[in-house]
Amino acid sequence: MIECECGHKNPIGTELCESCGKPFHEETEQKLLDMRYEGVARRSKTYQTTIIDKIWNFFSSVKVGIWIIVLTLIASAIGTILPQEMYIPPNVYPAQYYKEQYGVVGYIFYTLGFHNLYGSWWYMLLLASMGLSLIIASLDRVVPLYRALKKQSVTRHTSFLKRQRIFGISRVPNPHETIKQVEQKLKEKHYQIRKENGNILAEKGRFSRWGPYVNHLGLVIVLIGAMLRFFPGMYVDEVLWIRDGETEAIPGTDRKYYLKSERFILETYDQDDKKFQEIIKKVGNGIPKNYQTDAILYENKNVGIAGAEPKLVKLKQQSIKVNHPLKFDGFALYQTSYKLNEFHKMYFKLEEKETGKTFGEIEVDLLNPKSTYNLGNGYKVEILEYFPDFEFGDKGPTTKSKIPNNPAFVFKMYTPKTKDGEISFVAIRQNLEPFGENKFKMTFTKLDVRNVTALTVRKDRTLGVIAFGGLIFMIGLVQGMYWNHRRIWVQIVGNEIWMAAHTNKNWYGLKKEIDYVIKDTDLTKPQDQKEHKGEVA
Amino acid sequence: MINVSSNLLASSFFAYFIATILAWGSFASKQKKASLKIKKWERISIIVAALGFLLQIGYFITRWIAISHVPVSNMFEFTTFLGMMIVLGYLIIYLIYKTNIIGLFALPTAMTVIAYASVFPKEASPLVPALQSYWLKIHVTTAALGEGILTISFVAGFIYLLRVVDQTKSSKKTFWIEFVIYSILSTLAFAIVSYIFNAMNFETTFSWVNETQQEQELVYHMPAIVGPPDGEIVKSSHSFKPIVEAPSWMNGVNAPRKLNSLIWSLLMGLVLYIMLRLLFQKRIGAKIQPYLKNIRPELVDEISYRSVIIGFPVFTLGALIFAMIWAQEAWTRFWGWDPKEVWALITFLFYAAYLHLRLSKGWEGEKSAWLSVIGFVIIMFNLIVVNLVIAGLHSYA
Ligand code: HEM
Repeated sequence: MIECECGHKNPIGTELCESCGKPFHEETEQKLLDMRYEGVARRSKTYQTTIIDKIWNFFSSVKVGIWIIVLTLIASAIGTILPQEMYIPPNVYPAQYYKEQYGVVGYIFYTLGFHNLYGSWWYMLLLASMGLSLIIASLDRVVPLYRALKKQSVTRHTSFLKRQRIFGISRVPNPHETIKQVEQKLKEKHYQIRKENGNILAEKGRFSRWGPYVNHLGLVIVLIGAMLRFFPGMYVDEVLWIRDGETEAIPGTDRKYYLKSERFILETYDQDDKKFQEIIKKVGNGIPKNYQTDAILYENKNVGIAGAEPKLVKLKQQSIKVNHPLKFDGFALYQTSYKLNEFHKMYFKLEEKETGKTFGEIEVDLLNPKSTYNLGNGYKVEILEYFPDFEFGDKGPTTKSKIPNNPAFVFKMYTPKTKDGEISFVAIRQNLEPFGENKFKMTFTKLDVRNVTALTVRKDRTLGVIAFGGLIFMIGLVQGMYWNHRRIWVQIVGNEIWMAAHTNKNWYGLKKEIDYVIKDTDLTKPQDQKEHKGEVA
Repeated sequence: MINVSSNLLASSFFAYFIATILAWGSFASKQKKASLKIKKWERISIIVAALGFLLQIGYFITRWIAISHVPVSNMFEFTTFLGMMIVLGYLIIYLIYKTNIIGLFALPTAMTVIAYASVFPKEASPLVPALQSYWLKIHVTTAALGEGILTISFVAGFIYLLRVVDQTKSSKKTFWIEFVIYSILSTLAFAIVSYIFNAMNFETTFSWVNETQQEQELVYHMPAIVGPPDGEIVKSSHSFKPIVEAPSWMNGVNAPRKLNSLIWSLLMGLVLYIMLRLLFQKRIGAKIQPYLKNIRPELVDEISYRSVIIGFPVFTLGALIFAMIWAQEAWTRFWGWDPKEVWALITFLFYAAYLHLRLSKGWEGEKSAWLSVIGFVIIMFNLIVVNLVIAGLHSYA
């Protein structure tokens, strides 16, 4: 403890008495006081021996903080030189891609791991140390600062006043009268006045001193929110493809929710749209105007009952568009992609080649073909094999995928004339008869298509935390930036009036207020000692 | 309606021009004696500037009506709006500090930005689905306002440097001051060159394979110094042939053409700069300095800092928070490390560093003035270079 001559007991390490402001180190007499933290004892300035002290001191240093900010800045910038891995085409090898596309630069970029910079351990480390630094630096300052501002007394030591940036001495005929006038004026400027032995401490905007700590707290919450992402269950990111008219379980919801897509719509701007004619002429038709899925959301009431068929209850009907996701139970469904005119059904007629006579039509649902189509009167078609996405590979005909992009069939046709059946291979614009000349054939008649929509299924339980952190951050920012903490001391010293003032920022505004306060009084204008003398200590 | 709107924009530009001349006039004569008459000219200058601002608001509203969505949806509209926000920032600072010093450079900066904007295609572009959101208005306007106010910080900081840096001998500092002047001249040159070649109907059409691997035609309206990679001339109004090809890693939309314009601007900027040097027979900074003799450096320093204080929260709100809210609605995630997003973050981090350096390390005056210049460079980088070189999700810019 350091006991000041005013009687106040200060913690060790204090520079200026918390109560009267008397500086404990008189050797810097000529200089202005460093008022940033009211000269309070901060842990980082007082304890410097143990390893914990050292870590604490490291992270509480603003210099270190600035370095962390600058390093994060530089690292982030490097990451934008070339596209990140997530933005390169999905079906390429990154190592190869970067080298081929960007040459040596690409090779270096990839080798140093910059292609996934924002997910790299050292970027995480930077952000983590930023968080740590924010917490420690704030705690180191806010606690003692709070103490000092609470303990401050009205009457200050003369060497405290003298060494304020704004300071002036006036000889006035009637000090008490003048102080009364000043008090009145200060009140008009919404200062809070404390009085003691005729001296005045006028103060306003103290709460703005907490601004930085509030905004740092907000940042810490945001950083924590960002880390939460890595915990299971906090984050769902799936894609749901639905064909027009189909109903699918929504992935990530454990079959609790189902979605039906009634239709997907793509609209483009009308060529005759007067407003945009010029540009449509230039870039050609097809500037998209709307991507939309008309959807119905269902809840499965039988969820969790083993083996039970889903029992769907309609919850909501909505058009999902870009910028208008469908939201439910913490999930959101976004319109993100689509496929137009996917093959849906193919129709074939059974035809006698010689006469051209037909014997009924079959309708093949390309996702769900039947194995036998009975046409009556002894006419029957069997599908022996089906290749939804046909390709002629090394080992004969195969399918590339399960999606009917290029359907092909091996039919077996039974008729009263051909009781053993005839085999024919039918693909788009192909009709082969591998086992010799047939009497009958399958004639393609028509194709039904439908659209497919792709919806991103997203649940992000970190959103609330991050939004909350952002809000706190903004509040702290505004609190600290748009208000200032101003204090004006007016004190009777002998037969003089001493006036000193301090603000944490915006000295211009403070000086204007002082001009107002001393107008029509006998006080002389206090000087800005920084403009007239040296720098702040 | 769209014509009315263009005329309003042109008139506002003209008003800014007049206001600049008045501002310089009132300042140049202030050196002799500060008379009431000069105060009056300063007043008139600010009134004309405010009038220009109102005219530009008129442009904004009429264009909004004409195209029936908020006109900040392509490069022309956004950059024009940024110019308007710089003027607004200047007017705000005028209301606080009642001095027109800032106008000396804020108005020319705004004019340069608007001139730069006018080079982009001015047709109304229909809104693609991703842009159809009220967040477009909220996010883009707030971000631009923040950038406009931060630009005022640059303006004040730059005035500070012009005022205090020793111009009696050449040094690293004078070099960088000249460099900033040169950059501004290059931007002006860009507008001038575009106008000249447009008036002369220069046109070369190339066919090339663009960044999305599609065969495309690319029309140059300036002689091509830099052609598209492996491009072939389809037709041309003149016999000028490209000297080099654009590097293929430039991934912005129509990057080769933009690079070509950039090179033209830098060359013509150099020509303008040399002409001025020859005219003045000394560094441009040295020529300007005497005019600023009566400015108190402390005041411009404070204005520069104050602009950051006011602009930083606005920028954060518009360019990060609103941006994230919108990204969550439109792109399914609030943050995706898209280059434009990252550069907004970089801007944010930079000004955070500025504030901490100023507060804790006592970086005032000259040091923080240089920082404010760098801050402006970062903002312009996001506007110009990110657009030129880097492909991203942002459908324009
Ligand atoms: C991007 C990250 C950060 C942001 C946006 C931020 C923001 C701010 C802001 C706006 C202020 C108030 C400045 C003023 O009023 O002029 C401030 C003050 C401060 N910041 Fe940060 N900060 C960040 C990171 C850090 C870090 C890493 C440290 C660690 C040392 C730190 C330490 C401080 C300190 C010590 C103050 C001064 C408080 C005072 O004097 O009352 N900040 N910060």
